[in-house]
Amino acid sequence: MFHDLFFSKTKGKLPKPGPITLSTRVRLARNLSNFPFPGRAQSGQKKAVLSKCLEALGKVKSLDACTSVELDELSELDRQILVEKHLISVELSQADESGGVVLSNDRACSVMVNEEDHLRIQVLTNGLDFKKVWKLADLLDSGIESNLDYAFDQELGFLTACPTNLGTGMRASVMMHLPGLVMSKNMDKVINAVNHLGIAVRGLFGEGSDASGSIFQISNQQTLGESESDILERLESTLQNIVYQERMAREKLMEDDGTRLIDKISRAIGSLKTCYLIQSSEAMDLLSLIRLAADFGHLPEKFRALADRMFIEVQPGHVQLSAGQPIEPGERDRLRADTLRKEFQRMPQLNLDAQVD
Amino acid sequence: MKCHHCESQATVHLTQIINGQMHKMDLCEACAQEKGVTNPDNLSIGSLLSEDQSKVGAGSASMTCESCGTTHQDFKKGGRLGCEACYHVFRPVLEPLLDGMHAGIKHLGKVPSRTVIKKGEQENEELLRSQLKQAVEEENYEKAAELRDRLKKLMTQSSASA
Repeated sequence: MFHDLFFSKTKGKLPKPGPITLSTRVRLARNLSNFPFPGRAQSGQKKAVLSKCLEALGKVKSLDACTSVELDELSELDRQILVEKHLISVELSQADESGGVVLSNDRACSVMVNEEDHLRIQVLTNGLDFKKVWKLADLLDSGIESNLDYAFDQELGFLTACPTNLGTGMRASVMMHLPGLVMSKNMDKVINAVNHLGIAVRGLFGEGSDASGSIFQISNQQTLGESESDILERLESTLQNIVYQERMAREKLMEDDGTRLIDKISRAIGSLKTCYLIQSSEAMDLLSLIRLAADFGHLPEKFRALADRMFIEVQPGHVQLSAGQPIEPGERDRLRADTLRKEFQRMPQLNLDAQVD
Repeated sequence: MKCHHCESQATVHLTQIINGQMHKMDLCEACAQEKGVTNPDNLSIGSLLSEDQSKVGAGSASMTCESCGTTHQDFKKGGRLGCEACYHVFRPVLEPLLDGMHAGIKHLGKVPSRTVIKKGEQENEELLRSQLKQAVEEENYEKAAELRDRLKKLMTQSSASA
């Protein structure tokens, strides 16, 4: 099956996620010259773009070990799994024809074809590392471009279907775990403040998704009028500020009403060990508290990694996949609870003597 | 399928929507080249047809991209453009929007190398210098060396022509 190809575990290949920044991503939007953008293209033109892009991608050296798939070949479940792993966008998963994706086998790079733009080049890594991710994306982009003609204008840069991506076509983002700011009710203030700096805050699955698990995607909104390195520098300094605010918020929560916070965390452990029915949003909120406890040193480090893995495993598509057959939402909640009970069975008591992070 | 202009096999198939009406045309490679079909900036089936039939009016005065059929209304409604030519057609309405949307209205980022090579004579000294500076900052010395060579070539060319 398709998912067996990608979804075997890649242990130890990627750096570990940090306590607050889970992952870094850079995405470049590109279009081919002489073809209408996918939203306006005829079926035949889309097909031509797909085959041209797949051919060009096949020649890129840095993509040596990769798998390319046409979306038509995938079941709905396969598509959902790819979305939940952040390897393709919701928009591409709903593409009616000639959508494609090329995934590097280490899952660090994915290139979507015929999404909103002809090409969406994406590089992902754990933790916070814009320099590395941009370098990889730049290299991949140059490799693709040596085999294709991009739609480019000296004044306006890379031409994209939506003018909000014009110029560099670059959207850089990080996934951040911000329970301190959420619990202290400061998240709205942070969102307002960074919006003024041209930076957007969204939920775990991008536009329109909610922020269950206190996980947020933070990205640049502006793509024209600055170089890639200036955009990344500005974004990174804002992110470091958010990390600082989060640390302050956590400290203050512990200082002001530590018992209440410990009570919340401890009850989350209880729920994870004893639940029999659980929805994904509740599961994410409990996992967020486990992650926080590991950050505080109240739980061993390995539980942060477990929480991170379970953030993905509790998503509807993944639960469905583990069932091996189509199941009803109610059954999904039961299965999700079974998995969580099993995984968290051996969780120790909180070590409250540990130093606060 | 035969070419609209000569008897050769048609390999280029055009579809355009002009004033809400769909127009199709099939051309052979040579005729397509001759009519400038490969350059979407000034491509219009309307003008191709009118050469033979002189009954299709030229593009209407209202803003419509002749290359892909996107209208000003479409853009206002969906916020998306249809093709690269749209950026020329809708430039007047786009520019004020871009000003509010972005940090500036001039591209200062990466330039695809093929584009620069293709438009070699237009190679811009200022742009090359800024790219060179960026490459050095990123410690991408391979790229920096390539840019330095291109800059050098440009300088000798311009001093020769002067």
